[in-house]
Amino acid sequence: MSTQTEPPEQTDDEAETMPESEPEPEPPSPGDRRRAEKAEREADREAAEAAEEPDLGDDAVTLKVFRYDPEVEAKAEPRFDTFRVPFEKGMTVLDALIDARDTYDSSLTFRHSCRQAVCGSDALFVNGRQRLGCQTQIADLEGDVVRVEPLPHQDVVKDLVVDMEHFYDQMEAVEPYFQTDETPDDELEEQFQTPENREKIKMSTRCIWCGACMSSCNIAAGDNEYLGPAAINKAYRFAMDEREGENMKQHRMELIEQENGVWRCQTQFSCTNVCPKDIPLTEHIQELKREAVKSNLKFW
Amino acid sequence: MREYDVIVVGAGGAGLRAAIAAQEAGADVAMVTKLHPVRSHTGAAEGGINAALREGDDWHDHAYDTMKGSDYLGDAPAVEALTRESPKETIQLENWGMAFSRDEDGVVSQRPFGGLSFPRTTYAGAETGHHMLHTMYEQVVKRGIEVYDEWYVTRLAVTDEDEPEERDCHGVVAYDIKRGEIEGFRARDGVILATGGLGQVYDHTTNAIANTGDGVAMAYRAGVPIEDMEMIQFHPTTLPSTGVLISEGVRGEGGILYNSEGERFMFEGGYANNDGELASRDVVSRAELSEVNDGRGIEDEYVHLDMRHLGEDRILDRLENILHLAEDFEGVDGLEEPMPVKPGQHYAMGGVETNEWGATCVGGLYAVGECACASVHGANRLGGNALPELAVFGARAGRHAAGDVDDEPKITTGWSADSEEGENVSPVPLGEADLPSAGKGALADGGAASDDTASAVDADGVVESAVQAERTRVHYLLEKEEGVNHAEVRSELQETMTQNVNVFREEGALKDALEDIREARQDYQHVTVKDPSRTYNTDLIHTIETRNLLDVAEAITVGALARDEFRGAHWRKAHQERKDDEWLKHTMLSWNDGSPGLWYKPVVLEGEDKTYEPKVRSY
Ligand SMILES: Cc1cc2nc3c(=O)[nH]c(=O)nc-3n(C[C@H](O)[C@H](O)[C@H](O)COP(=O)(O)OP(=O)(O)OC[C@H]3O[C@@H](n4cnc5c(N)ncnc54)[C@H](O)[C@@H]3O)c2cc1C
Ligand code: SF4
Ligand code: FES
Repeated sequence: MSTQTEPPEQTDDEAETMPESEPEPEPPSPGDRRRAEKAEREADREAAEAAEEPDLGDDAVTLKVFRYDPEVEAKAEPRFDTFRVPFEKGMTVLDALIDARDTYDSSLTFRHSCRQAVCGSDALFVNGRQRLGCQTQIADLEGDVVRVEPLPHQDVVKDLVVDMEHFYDQMEAVEPYFQTDETPDDELEEQFQTPENREKIKMSTRCIWCGACMSSCNIAAGDNEYLGPAAINKAYRFAMDEREGENMKQHRMELIEQENGVWRCQTQFSCTNVCPKDIPLTEHIQELKREAVKSNLKFW
Repeated sequence: MREYDVIVVGAGGAGLRAAIAAQEAGADVAMVTKLHPVRSHTGAAEGGINAALREGDDWHDHAYDTMKGSDYLGDAPAVEALTRESPKETIQLENWGMAFSRDEDGVVSQRPFGGLSFPRTTYAGAETGHHMLHTMYEQVVKRGIEVYDEWYVTRLAVTDEDEPEERDCHGVVAYDIKRGEIEGFRARDGVILATGGLGQVYDHTTNAIANTGDGVAMAYRAGVPIEDMEMIQFHPTTLPSTGVLISEGVRGEGGILYNSEGERFMFEGGYANNDGELASRDVVSRAELSEVNDGRGIEDEYVHLDMRHLGEDRILDRLENILHLAEDFEGVDGLEEPMPVKPGQHYAMGGVETNEWGATCVGGLYAVGECACASVHGANRLGGNALPELAVFGARAGRHAAGDVDDEPKITTGWSADSEEGENVSPVPLGEADLPSAGKGALADGGAASDDTASAVDADGVVESAVQAERTRVHYLLEKEEGVNHAEVRSELQETMTQNVNVFREEGALKDALEDIREARQDYQHVTVKDPSRTYNTDLIHTIETRNLLDVAEAITVGALARDEFRGAHWRKAHQERKDDEWLKHTMLSWNDGSPGLWYKPVVLEGEDKTYEPKVRSY
């Protein structure tokens, strides 16, 4: 195996992914010291193993993976590790990461669960673009090396895991729940919705909260207050749902046409380009802008 | 220590619904979940929710279909609760804004599904679970219910009386994945387990990587009996390379299965002369494998599912998601070619024994959703019956835990209920996977308070001592120097289960599996966590999960060996008939000093106003 460490190549994007401040150093406990020693021994052993690289033939995938752990001395400086795993037909980036972790380095850390593009856990920066690891076929990537980094513009917790709190906060800021003026009296009574209206909101309801769009957005990167494409799309989902009624729609429009809302969007389409669920995000934002103008609300 | 009235473990459909119900009944509720709620596997459900909503349909018919589908291993009081309350719960979801597919006149659409006598599967495209999960989570946000996401529950805080039925659950121990801290959660009124499936016991499964049977294993080790574990559902249409599911909705809409000779084998092979592709899942899975075993499989592995004749409009309208799945995960364009499919592990019909309110025999401990066995699915779950189960039993358990129900259950729980001793069927010595030097019993058990802490009498003390036990275990795992990687143990386990405890079951193979599981247990004694970090240590989490998989795999195999008949999903080569005289009973397992103790309890076939007489199950 090979886990060669090399100095991180500093590009603009990477600089953004570094944590802004060093974590508070705590006095090392005996356990911490022991763990640090253990980590060192582990690293030595790995280096020794690296010398005898197994023959993987021509069909091997080379992964370059971002590593960082604030707690372990050997990993506190961000770096890239290289892994080579055997290629199999149909292999996804997530499969390759799992293989690398299970075979070579069990400390390699990333989120995953469904492996079928529905849970939104594994949005990653693969070869310079936000993608779901499980949805990305290695065979579809260009170049010989698959470069995997955490989502840019988010704080890195460890290796490929980013802090999602800010994303969740923005989602919650748009009151992401159904609210109606009237609810049916009878527990078996439906609120009717035309198939056309359902069709209109259909794409917006597909969001899996992966955070890829937010990470790709230059405006969100420069402005922490901006609601961002996912939250605005969530607002769209409810604002356009005819069952909520006119009063509620008015309230929703007020929410999203505030200072941090739709007017910040500069129509760069980066969110739309990366969304793994093909949600026409920019279009939804534009439509809300038009609605806002139509309903003659405040203009920032 | 954090304190609430009701603590819900897991935030998939079952957990979310339970939390909402408990909160509405006045309880102070917290949810503790290892994944953020919207990442739960309920989001992967495709086909739909069964509910008798329309004129011409009736919940009694739904109950009948479900009992028949279960091959008469379902308990009628639970099945009737499911089918009677599903319409109300389904419309509740609609009222919360769930984006169901709609008919021209604006009402929610329904479609046919396997084993149903009426097209009562209510759906939202081919992504029903995604919409249901998000809709419920939205309601949790709206109500301000506290959610601890990325907190991994490792142990239940249960008192240590000899008889499980005398024990009480006072809370849970959880590990904050981001910070690496272990904390106690005290529940004044109840703990509701909603930890979902256990598909990771197999290597070809439709389940998420996080579906590791944690709840089942924790409850089992705390002394709660587990029921019908051998009843594993294999879904007939999963993509061969990954196990990703192609919804039954495809066959519901008219999709056809072909073998390598281009025969529509469900009819032509005589597997299901009436219902063909829409026979129940066990029937279709066996048919496919028989075709493959008889040399009529494609590449000796799979069959074809064709939906091209449905036409692009209908496919895009109702099954669009399937096109994406086939394209992304198999590189097949479902509009142009048939899709390759084969059976894969899909659902656990068995689980933690509960009554029709989700209550277990341990005071204050509940289980709902896929980790529970109330038993609504018996030996075979009908497609579209798990989602209503989450809603109905989630709501029931939530209300009950919050003290809002005063009702004498008809389903009994625990060993002292009408039970019958079983013979130990294990050909290999069984035993616990312990972590030797870290102290016996409680450490690896994750169960009742250990002997040396038996002095902990009050509720806080029970939680505290459970926290201590977990701190020691985690410390031990992190400090241990040399050893085996959990991934090795896990993959050995998954391979033997897929090889030996699959759709077709034989005594010899089941015994081989037990032997392998036993070996994997021994390997697990030497497991070590290489990652020394406290920050987001997935190495540690997966190591603990693997322990749970071992217990669950053993239970499935012991159950499969014990049940020498053919019922529903459980097929035995040497016993190809249903034996109602002997086997109208549930397989029960209890944690017995680390070995599974085997016993049985009768099936409840008496419903509200009728008894479901076993009939020949033909489709
Ligand atoms: C691909 C697929 C398609 C399906 N389609 C349908 C369908 O169309 N219709 C239908 O009726 N059924 C369907 N099913 C079945 C149904 O979706 C599942 O049975 C159901 O969603 C399970 O829900 P749950 O709430 O019990 O568990 P999950 O949704 O899996 O949630 C489990 C929760 O528990 C948490 N958790 C687990 N362990 C721990 C722990 N140790 N500590 C803390 N938290 C923990 C997880 O974080 C998660 O939040 C399908 C299943 C699959 C796999
Ligand atoms: S809108 Fe798309 S990219 Fe953004 S969070 Fe949702 S699914 Fe991900
Ligand atoms: S693992 Fe769920 S989206 Fe990729």
